[in-house]
Amino acid sequence: MSIFVDENTKVIVQGLTGGQGRFHGLRNKAYGTQVVAGVTPGKGGSDVEGIPVFDTVAEAVAATGANASFVSVPPRFAADAILEAAAAGVGFIVCITEGIPAHDEARAYNTLVDAYPSTRLLGPNCPGIISPGKCNIGITAGEIALPGGPVGIVSRSGTLTYQALYELKQLGVGVTTCVGIGGDPVPGTNFVDCLEAFQADADTKAIAMFGEIGGSEEEKAAAFISEKLTKPVVAYIAGVTAPAGKKMGHAGAIISGSKGTAAAKMEALAAAGVHVVNNPTEAGLKMAEIVKAL
Amino acid sequence: MDLFEYQGKQYFARYDIPVSAGGVADTVDEAVAQADAAGYPVVVKAQVQVGGRGKAGGIKLAADAAEVRTHAADILGMDIKGHVVRRLWVEHASDIAKEYYASFTLDRAAKKYLAMVSAKGGVEIETVAEEDPDAIARLHIDPAKGFTSSDAADLVGRAGLDPQAVEGAVDVLTKLYRCYVEGDADLVEINPLILTPQGQVHALDAKVTLDDNAAYRHPEWDGFRDIDEFDERERLARSKGLQYVGLDGYVGIIANGAGLAMSTCDVVNQVGGSPANFLDIGGGANAEVMANALEVINSDPKVRSIFINIFGGITRGEEVANGIKAALGRVDIQAPMVIRLDGTNAEEGREILSTVTSEKVLSSPTMLDAARTAVQLAGGTVR
Repeated sequence: MSIFVDENTKVIVQGLTGGQGRFHGLRNKAYGTQVVAGVTPGKGGSDVEGIPVFDTVAEAVAATGANASFVSVPPRFAADAILEAAAAGVGFIVCITEGIPAHDEARAYNTLVDAYPSTRLLGPNCPGIISPGKCNIGITAGEIALPGGPVGIVSRSGTLTYQALYELKQLGVGVTTCVGIGGDPVPGTNFVDCLEAFQADADTKAIAMFGEIGGSEEEKAAAFISEKLTKPVVAYIAGVTAPAGKKMGHAGAIISGSKGTAAAKMEALAAAGVHVVNNPTEAGLKMAEIVKAL
Repeated sequence: MDLFEYQGKQYFARYDIPVSAGGVADTVDEAVAQADAAGYPVVVKAQVQVGGRGKAGGIKLAADAAEVRTHAADILGMDIKGHVVRRLWVEHASDIAKEYYASFTLDRAAKKYLAMVSAKGGVEIETVAEEDPDAIARLHIDPAKGFTSSDAADLVGRAGLDPQAVEGAVDVLTKLYRCYVEGDADLVEINPLILTPQGQVHALDAKVTLDDNAAYRHPEWDGFRDIDEFDERERLARSKGLQYVGLDGYVGIIANGAGLAMSTCDVVNQVGGSPANFLDIGGGANAEVMANALEVINSDPKVRSIFINIFGGITRGEEVANGIKAALGRVDIQAPMVIRLDGTNAEEGREILSTVTSEKVLSSPTMLDAARTAVQLAGGTVR
């Protein structure tokens, strides 16, 4: 099993004719993902290596029955692209675009909540989602992930996610689904959404969680874990040495005043019974140990 | 981007938010000229992006030109918590009957905008929030729906502002919301928002943080980029389009991805060292980007060793290694370095790196080992 996506997920790529969209869309298809269409306004009727391109998401969905979208368009068009997909009835939208203005992002998110409550947005500014062996939407290199489970991964950081997938693979540990929720201030999908889905997924037996400084999503996750989660969790939080008031690469990775520090997040998670580790390597080792004892 | 007070007030003025008459001055003579234009008495205010200016002596009242001259001379060049005052804002001194507080920002936990209004202004809002939380009226705003003047009236009413301030405060709040949203700000804060004895409501201070992601639709922001405020190293990195944050340590860090870069700083710290910087070169690691990154690190005299931490995902190990190799040929590196390369085709990458390794350029397969080596190379004590 997997969460949010599986081998039956049919994906359209918004921005398939662009450099990034083409590169990653074709890679996702080569991985085995059902990439059924592309969407670029004005380029309908053409194709990208056999994948048909449509002018609108609605046309692409009508023609292919797609139920997921991979949004890879420049920041100034991203919010509209997300809303277009939602309006066309796409239930799962992955947006990798980095650099979307905060107000556009906040408006798009709240419009989804108000008008399309059953649509799930992953990202923006995220690496995407991979259910190894089944479906890969986004920019993760599929070959670094071992299929089969029993570990579910959820992360705010792309490279740390890759690192985790890779280390688990080296240790022979498989993954059910790996979700990159992204580093922006208003993520469409947060830690709790993923933890809830992993809890409900019978094949996921343990969860690795990679957080970072800024916001309070890790603290919310800690509360959820202590109340509802029965599966073991290993967590790593990046940014122990980050100074206050500076954005550490990700728009959302900023300590505001005394809020959002790594120490506070680690403390909250440890208090919730989570195995909190000090670096990504330890996370892999700890997870392997937990999986062995399952 | 954080604005200086004077820039914030100029930005407020674009949205018709009332501010005091005044102008900027970089010299004593300019300060006197601005004071003459604003009308006495005036307030001479240090322009630095740090709290506690008043206590540090950076804000002074002047009754005439002679006093402006004295205060301006004192404040210009003053060091306030490490920020040197290079510019003054000189404005007409307002009569103050009451001091309030107003702000709009994003509440990340609620994923909605948060408006805050308080009748207790003039002090840090965090202090009010701790000591007298009920004194702050809050309202969550759905960004998809917006903020109306009746929302503003409700807030002002709940905050308990004086009756004669209500009309003016509602007006300022609706304009401040426009400034926040249309002006693409992450934060707009007026503290204090004052009521004058004549019943006028206006902004006596301005704290504005602009959203850098929206810069493409705000050509008017170009004038705000005051590079004097940046750390020298951050300025160079910015000019090369790198994500860089200067820190106080001695191990220069280069990594791909924000999470990995943060994590690299943490691991260096964990083994007993101290990172000199956060530097994210992004997904790939071609020679151009790597050379730029090395150049920035090289410009930092505090750097005693360099730790390059690259995880190859889609970018393969051999491409990364070739990028590093080419960059090493282009930049004359001062400090010894350790390179950790892992991920897709890491073996092939390390093979290529082995042709450039020397006493000054080492390679290490794991992040922790590389961190220890970096600290040792810097002459630090490994924990």
